[in-house]
Amino acid sequence: MNAQAGIEVREISYTQAIREAMDIALSEDERVILMGEDIGVYGGAFQVTGDLVDKYGTDRVMDTPISELGGAGVAVGAALTGLRPIFEFQFSDFATLAMEQIVNQAAKVRYMLGGAVSVPVVMRFPAGSGTGAAAQHSQSLEAWLGHVPGLKVVQPATPEDAKGLLLAALDDPDPVMIFEHKLLYKMKGQVPSGRYTTPIGKAMVRREGSHVTIVATAIMVHKALEAAKALEDDGIKAEVIDLRTIRPLDRDTVLESVRKTGRLLCVYEAVKTLGIGAEVSAMVAESDAFDFLDAPIVRLGGAESPIPYNPELEKAVVPQVPDIIEAARGLAKGRT
Amino acid sequence: MPDSTASDRNVPYAIRAYAPDQLIDALRKMYLIRRFEEGAEDSYTRGLIHGTMHLSIGQEASAVGACMSLTDDDKITSTHRGHGHCVAKGADLGKMFAEFFGKETGYCRGRGGSMHIADVEKGNLGANGIVAGGIPIAVGAALSAKRLGTGAVTVCFFGDGANNEGAFHEALNMASVWKLPVVFVCENNRYGMSTSTERSTAVKSIADRAAAYSMPGERVDGNDFSAVTEAVDAAVARARNGDGPSLIENVTYRWRGHSKSDRNRYRTKEEIAQWQERDPIARMAAMLTEHGIIDDASVAAIEKNVEQAVEAAITFAKDSPAPRVEDATRDVYTPRAAA
Repeated sequence: MNAQAGIEVREISYTQAIREAMDIALSEDERVILMGEDIGVYGGAFQVTGDLVDKYGTDRVMDTPISELGGAGVAVGAALTGLRPIFEFQFSDFATLAMEQIVNQAAKVRYMLGGAVSVPVVMRFPAGSGTGAAAQHSQSLEAWLGHVPGLKVVQPATPEDAKGLLLAALDDPDPVMIFEHKLLYKMKGQVPSGRYTTPIGKAMVRREGSHVTIVATAIMVHKALEAAKALEDDGIKAEVIDLRTIRPLDRDTVLESVRKTGRLLCVYEAVKTLGIGAEVSAMVAESDAFDFLDAPIVRLGGAESPIPYNPELEKAVVPQVPDIIEAARGLAKGRT
Repeated sequence: MPDSTASDRNVPYAIRAYAPDQLIDALRKMYLIRRFEEGAEDSYTRGLIHGTMHLSIGQEASAVGACMSLTDDDKITSTHRGHGHCVAKGADLGKMFAEFFGKETGYCRGRGGSMHIADVEKGNLGANGIVAGGIPIAVGAALSAKRLGTGAVTVCFFGDGANNEGAFHEALNMASVWKLPVVFVCENNRYGMSTSTERSTAVKSIADRAAAYSMPGERVDGNDFSAVTEAVDAAVARARNGDGPSLIENVTYRWRGHSKSDRNRYRTKEEIAQWQERDPIARMAAMLTEHGIIDDASVAAIEKNVEQAVEAAITFAKDSPAPRVEDATRDVYTPRAAA
């Protein structure tokens, strides 16, 4: 590995890690601009852009009007013509206002034009529940975008990956959608200084185990790791895979693990039906890894309901650590 | 230049502003658009083209007039009714027909068809299948030009239907707030599919909506080549000068139906005939003849030349190879160099 002089690993938050990635990109490449609602002097609704406007000015850290559709379209047009915009949605829920530009334009322009152009736009989506913001500010819509060929969709679970995947997204010639779980913003972790990238399309085994494979995304990775620790007391060794990218899926890492453990538990916060868990389950069922399964696949996902306001109800509609422990115990029965 | 002075108000703007060869070329492009679309329609009727198409016959002065002062570095965004814009910006007819025929030699290698033709080298960022889909993209292209200091202007074509989409409002507002070099050219052909502007649009003149975005708005006879160039050239100059966006409304009419499924039940034959009397090409030819720039013989020669060009383009398209079926999913993503 090329040890870059002056690289140090420090503990910083997920938010700081994203900001650091944007700072690096802005300082290295004049074509990079940030766009979004209240990302300038306000610092962003979740303080992700912070004080970057002081360093780079309002021409490069651009407050947009409250115009998600138009703003996303401006970012697409700018990306088509030489800029590298990073467009922040204030909440991922507001992607619903901009689906036209994301799905019909950003994702398809290259294909429709027979490969004549690329659309190197990066969009960031603060997602997920747990903040008491209720049904219109708490959704997990990543699978919606994951269904669209032409897009790449990532869900960093750690500060290190939040920085590495953002820099990888900027290096990518195609549109990359980054879903950031809001409860991760304050989480701290070890993050190298300087530039590095985390590969898009590669999952990561966060904990090795031999009895059950838990495939998780975003905040569920941490819940799965907590569950895995508790399961250890029961003698159950859970392998926890952080999917990191949901389009394109890292087939090899998942299948290899399932071949080893023979049990699969998918955990994700988005509504269970037609979600990423269904895709991962089908991927296993359609592969040779199916022959290694010793038990039916189990999915834990969000309830078939909007996200409620009351904190106890809010917790009840998304998988929690005890749910994961219980599901894993059921799966591993007879295995240990 | 013709024997008139810039102050001679009896001489149309276009005659004063452009050299004879530029005007003759503009007339030729208008004929090219007309014959191209007639050729496309004929090919469709013969079953050589599948899908559908949206013809702009009757609107040629708007497309060609609006592109007169643009260079290849300037951008345009176009619409589902975009063949004219494409030709006006300098596209190759053979590649356009090849795209219609779904061939590998087409502008989109047969992946886009009529509704997605683009010609990036000439600055045409593409037609668009979504009404108003190209408007924010045009503003993005203008943002790039301003930020990168290229001096380029973007002309954003859209129809009267698009002016009732939310994207229109959002994009025009942002273009004005950020003072971007973009010219919004609304081709008001009076119907969004079957619904007339009277029934769909609260203002009488779409140009009036410019006031809501603090930008100049001007409504012109879109079948008058000189009127279109006069309005758009001034808006392009304004944009290039850093003075921000403008909205031009070219009032025009499509002679054909919305698409191939149109049974023309929402308008009368008389109305269509009335507009055909205001044929933009005949008016352009008459203007150039009146000012001694061309004569009947040279008009006939242009027409013949255009017929041949369209015929050659159709032959090229017919003879071109089809894409390989195994390449159906190519170009979804950009290939990356192996690490």
